[in-house]
Amino acid sequence: MNRTLYGNLIFELSKKGRRGYSLPQDYDRTHTTAELPEALRRKEAARLPECDELTVVRHYTNLSHNNFGVNDGFYPLGSCTMKYNPVINEEIAAMKAFAGLHPLQPAETCQGALEVYYNLQQSLAELTGLSEFTLNPCAGAHGELTGLMVIRAYHEAPLSPPEGGDLSSNVTPPAGGPRGARTKVLIPDSAHGTNPASAAVCGLEVVEVKSLPDGTVDVDHLRELLAEIGPEVAAMMMTNPNTLGIFEPHVLEITEMVHKAGGLMYYDGANLNALLGECRPGDMGFDVMHINLHKTFSTPHGGGGPGSGPVGVRKGLEQFLPYPRVKMETLVPLSSPEWDTTPQSTTPLFTIDLGNEAPSGAVGGAITSSVGSFFGNFGVMLKAYAYILSLGRENVKNVGPLATLNANYIKESLKDDYLLPISGLCKHEVVFDGLVDKSTGVTTMDVAKRLLDYGYHAPTIYFPLLFHESLMIEPTENESKETIDAFIDVMHRIADEAKTDPELVKSAPHNTPIGRVDDVLAAKNPITTYWKMQTTQN
Amino acid sequence: MNFKFFPHTEEDLKEMLTTVGVSSVHDLFADVPEAARFQRDYDLPSALSETDLRLFFEQLTHPLNAQQLICFAGAGCYDHYAPSVVQNIIQRSEFLTSYTPYQAEISQGTLHYIFEYQSMIAELTGLDISNASMYDGATATAEAVMMAWGNAKKATRVLVSETLDPKVRRVVDTYAHFHGVPLQLIPAKNGALDREALDKELADGGVAGVILQQPNYFGIVEDFTGIADAVHDQKGILVINANPSDLAILKTPGEWGADVAVGEGQSLGIPMTFGGPGVGYMACTEKLIRKLPGRIVGQTLDNRGQRAFVLTLQAREQHIRRQKATSNICSNQSLMALYVTIYLAVMGKEGLREAAEMSYAGAHSLCDKLLATGKFRLTFPNQPFFNEFCVDYDGDLDALLAEATECGYLAGVKVGEHTLMLAVTEQRTPEEIDELCEILGK
Repeated sequence: MNRTLYGNLIFELSKKGRRGYSLPQDYDRTHTTAELPEALRRKEAARLPECDELTVVRHYTNLSHNNFGVNDGFYPLGSCTMKYNPVINEEIAAMKAFAGLHPLQPAETCQGALEVYYNLQQSLAELTGLSEFTLNPCAGAHGELTGLMVIRAYHEAPLSPPEGGDLSSNVTPPAGGPRGARTKVLIPDSAHGTNPASAAVCGLEVVEVKSLPDGTVDVDHLRELLAEIGPEVAAMMMTNPNTLGIFEPHVLEITEMVHKAGGLMYYDGANLNALLGECRPGDMGFDVMHINLHKTFSTPHGGGGPGSGPVGVRKGLEQFLPYPRVKMETLVPLSSPEWDTTPQSTTPLFTIDLGNEAPSGAVGGAITSSVGSFFGNFGVMLKAYAYILSLGRENVKNVGPLATLNANYIKESLKDDYLLPISGLCKHEVVFDGLVDKSTGVTTMDVAKRLLDYGYHAPTIYFPLLFHESLMIEPTENESKETIDAFIDVMHRIADEAKTDPELVKSAPHNTPIGRVDDVLAAKNPITTYWKMQTTQN
Repeated sequence: MNFKFFPHTEEDLKEMLTTVGVSSVHDLFADVPEAARFQRDYDLPSALSETDLRLFFEQLTHPLNAQQLICFAGAGCYDHYAPSVVQNIIQRSEFLTSYTPYQAEISQGTLHYIFEYQSMIAELTGLDISNASMYDGATATAEAVMMAWGNAKKATRVLVSETLDPKVRRVVDTYAHFHGVPLQLIPAKNGALDREALDKELADGGVAGVILQQPNYFGIVEDFTGIADAVHDQKGILVINANPSDLAILKTPGEWGADVAVGEGQSLGIPMTFGGPGVGYMACTEKLIRKLPGRIVGQTLDNRGQRAFVLTLQAREQHIRRQKATSNICSNQSLMALYVTIYLAVMGKEGLREAAEMSYAGAHSLCDKLLATGKFRLTFPNQPFFNEFCVDYDGDLDALLAEATECGYLAGVKVGEHTLMLAVTEQRTPEEIDELCEILGK
């Protein structure tokens, strides 16, 4: 594209008097906003752009050309599970009948939407071995926070939940609350930053658990910590496979140890894709988890959202999930091919439970738990549900194995040129610690930028923090052998370039719309709006 | 494994397994303890072909399963019109299938529109800075409460107006409970914040922040004159949750002296879709920029001297600061921010005002006509409102609403035993307004 012609901001394309919309003119004009007291009105009209329709269309179409998505090319961004986003799912989510539903319309008029919500949460429960999900959280980190709230609500609640048994019944309740003053959360040092950040937002104190040189949890360190602070531990958060793509071999022992200390196990579902078909978090002893529908269940990442972060719990913890909840009045087995899709004219099958409607508002008031205005990102749920129905039980079980095969194939093919810090099987992603040959001075950043020149998105870089030059590659199950082979070739070529022409790699990218950006300049005197840009230039 | 999303042929599998050095894909899970292996089939339905999938969802959207009602409901979700341009550009896969713009060199499209979005939100709210978006209006408000609490040196509580949407209050309550922020509710008088009660609380001191809504939950446009100064005297911050589409006309949070503006951006071009995805927005004064949660895009230069955009001030964020971050937010609602950006670009300065005028005119016309039936009276007399208002009805409100539904109308949201709240957007025609009055006024 031509940046000189199309690199403008929409404000720079604005000209007074132009318009890009048309609204009906025949309406009752008895009342105008001029009736409002002047003190309640803004002094000057907002300086929004004034553009004709074609200018707007061309501007944003050209902007899209400066982007790179899964549809453009291989996107091996580790930990983000950039799988294919099926086109039919977009069509379904955009159906007018869904788009036009108001969230507060009577339950009997939106049974179709409630059925999607209910059946999706049931499908997720089956896929993870848990009992019930809320789909209300809007993203992974939102799910983490919601899950930790569920855990804290459990610890704060009176003992003996109505059903499912008390998970800590074998523990003598320590002082400070029904299950003790449990304000600490154990998090492996290899965890993603959202884990400790979510814990802090939830009012919990983070205690790091060390990793062994192979990246897995140091069980001895965990044992020491539990001996020391066990009665204060609310939960342990774990990602499995962990952020290095390694399955935690001692997971069963870990969940048992934490349970014995009276804590709950939280599963961060960021890496769930690896396990589809092979194992379930519930069967590993996890009590609470979130899923990123935009990772494992193929909904588009949208340039950073909207995602969806459903939270599931094991039996006995359902009562701590947030509101609103969708309930099914008559149980229909999930595997039944006759999932009720016939129009409901009499008794609604699905109902909405709003919980305690009045918010307490009082200091230290009761928990009227809710994490969003309505039902979360319903449009995203539609896509995830359509994906699960497309795959069905025959195909969903192959997701984990194929994603894992692709990752291991890359691992084996690149380990001569790229430093593999942990040998053995990986799961859905593989982490290298930069180039084997460090003498050239070519860094992981340089390799990532050079990949852009060859038409690839870069892997995740400098995460996890356990290594200095982390390069994390996640291919997903959707990529063909040809695509992966071509990527491997390019990775080898870059390793060669690092030896023969290191400057070429260090100064990359060369073929992108812009070159490397000055991060320091951006942060020094932040210009984050067009208005600031104008005053700074003058 | 022959399936449309799996490209692996038998031959591919064989070659790849050989390279890896295992004999079957299941061997790749040899490190998973036996007791944790999942050994059966999932209890899920069989795969649906694309044809059957479409049929399935068509049945789900049968009018009896997803009734398309003429919408006079609001309460945080509004049936505004969005020009076709918006939905069309949103579907471009370069926007849709990309992720957070970590690699600035191939993500200028996303970074560029977020910069425009931030500029538009700053202009609408009358504040200096906007972040790249939050999940929804409720969580944005909860983040603002935590921001106020974290910003205060010696504070005992955050004050929340009773006229804040109860759904938002409930989220704020939930977050505050776990984050350890004491909240104090300021009661309402005739549907608006009770100023005497607020002044009394402020006089007691120790206020980290005050959370208000404009127009408030009941649709009333409140007068916040003098509040900002009183809050700032306490070293607290003023947060206004405002409906951004109304800010085409209404005094901005910045003009009221607010330090932070938050709210739900759904009214700016985003379909209702059963309540989500929408988008939370969050703006603040320059002074608070380093306390702001979420992603922020800033301007910079590339190594060829060209103007470029990049994620900036990341030292506030969870991936750098971990538990010391300003928030745990990572993914936000980027694509929904694009809806808002395109909507505001195509509607522009005049269009947003015109839509707001039409909504205002329609709501007041509906109000006049409902009162004229003699069956309703204003719940909060003599209060200015924008495009949403409350009326009281002495009869059986549930039966009345059910009758309206029968006639194809979502007549509003029941907010009290006898109180109905109705909203009007530019999409409601004079004929629809008349017909609704006929149904409700019978």
